[in-house]
Amino acid sequence: MLSGPQTARSGNLWAAFGMTIAIAGTIYLYNSNDPSAVTTREPIKMAFIFGGIAVGTIIGWMTAKRVKMTAMPELVSLFNGMGGACAALISLLEFHHNVGQSERIAVIMAGLIIGSVSFSGSIIAFLKLNGTLSKSLRLPHYNKINTLLMIVTVLAGVYLTASNSDSFGFLILVFALSLLYGVLFVVPIGGADMPVVISLLNSFTGLAAAFGGFLYGNQVMLTGGILVGSAGTLLTVAMCKAMNRPLFNVIFGAFGESAAVATGKSGVTGSIKDISISDTAVLMNYSKKVIIVPGYGLAVAQAQHVIHELEQLLEERGVDVKYAIHPVAGRMPGHMNVLLAESNVDYSKLSEMEEINPEFSNTDVVVVVGANDVVNPAAKTDPSSPIYGMPILDVENSKHIIVNKRSMSAGYAGIDNELFYNPKTSMLFGDAKDVLTKLVAELKTM
Amino acid sequence: MEINNLIAFLGENMQMIYILILSVFVGVEVIGKVPSVLHTPLMSGANAIHGVVIIGSIIVMLNTPADNIGLLTLGFIAVVLGTLNVVGGFVVTDRMLEMFKKKEKK
Repeated sequence: MLSGPQTARSGNLWAAFGMTIAIAGTIYLYNSNDPSAVTTREPIKMAFIFGGIAVGTIIGWMTAKRVKMTAMPELVSLFNGMGGACAALISLLEFHHNVGQSERIAVIMAGLIIGSVSFSGSIIAFLKLNGTLSKSLRLPHYNKINTLLMIVTVLAGVYLTASNSDSFGFLILVFALSLLYGVLFVVPIGGADMPVVISLLNSFTGLAAAFGGFLYGNQVMLTGGILVGSAGTLLTVAMCKAMNRPLFNVIFGAFGESAAVATGKSGVTGSIKDISISDTAVLMNYSKKVIIVPGYGLAVAQAQHVIHELEQLLEERGVDVKYAIHPVAGRMPGHMNVLLAESNVDYSKLSEMEEINPEFSNTDVVVVVGANDVVNPAAKTDPSSPIYGMPILDVENSKHIIVNKRSMSAGYAGIDNELFYNPKTSMLFGDAKDVLTKLVAELKTM
Repeated sequence: MEINNLIAFLGENMQMIYILILSVFVGVEVIGKVPSVLHTPLMSGANAIHGVVIIGSIIVMLNTPADNIGLLTLGFIAVVLGTLNVVGGFVVTDRMLEMFKKKEKK
């Protein structure tokens, strides 16, 4: 059902419906097959359960309805953290009366460690994405520290499993170590790699849920968890491919540092050319085909509505307008599609990279709005560039390239872009929303 | 000894292991078919689905003696967090997908 935008919505509603049934079924019909646990339904317990559901529903609903579409990655990562915390709490609660059954303790430990890492990691990801934590903090030797911490955490979990110990303190120690690992795991990762991390943490929580399913012999939890786990892992790998970075590199590599060195060496030279708004309007008005390349800068400037206006205006005058969406445009895969859909852009106008790349050669004007690294030819030509090998949009094949940027500063990856010095490129400096609004006004007078 | 325990454990849970393997295939299959246009809703949808952990937290509560307020409170927190994950995830996904509805041509 998720194979097309049309059917996806009903697919989502069915999934929500199924989840409701599963929850209701558990509340009223579940009976433990474990003789040591007694399943009862006293009013006070039911009150706690329904109270919890009510509180969670209200807060979740309100947050989800209010959030801005640009803040979507933060929200997903926050909700993900909640799921991870829930899984970790279950493990904490189940520990005590399962002591002595080492298989069950092993499953509980796995759920605890993965759930906690997912929780603290997601919270850090959330803070980084909304700008509270903007610096990528790197402890010296952070790779060694992290790896060591991970080993210690796992060993502590294994020890607790094997020793049949009932030590609550030790349990908390494993919990704390896992939380710490989650923090240290995400903190050094640069902003551009955040989507990968969120997707990875998402599959972690899925795994934690699956361990819960194992613990209770509950098929729904197991299926749901593993489904998310495998789907999330695949999505993570797909994203890494789009950015041409091995997953290992995202987690252990220091992207910012190597990028800084590369910029210093290469130093692209040449002159850049400015273009005025009226010239841009004329150029676009007399083109046959215009391709818009939106980037996160467009979303930050909240210019997605204006760009739609521009697109409609050009379409009315017989210009063929398309959007070229790079797989990692925005801050999440497909994030840009959501943003444009929000401003009523018909999704059939949104073209994916493989589809649109051959079309650039017969395009009159390419407008790059707030995108940088995804159109950097260095990815194809300069093996020393940190983004070398990343698939990019071949905008340089078109007749004219107009780049709207606020300034000459480098993009998210922190590297210079030789496209801006291309003789076919004209720079249109200014805030995306501002510039596009003026452009629309200018076009209307023509 | 330990190995025998492990084998016995796997034997008892054979059905679960089959489901596990099957789910991996379904997951891979599902993602393979989704166009990258929908990856953000997909991620948030998947995010909502792993909210199934809430079932675990309900089971914990049901198996807790009713007079142990401390455990019940912790369980309560777990239920709240799980519900947040489920409800928030589905509502946000729906909001996103709503925007993909076919627009009438002007």
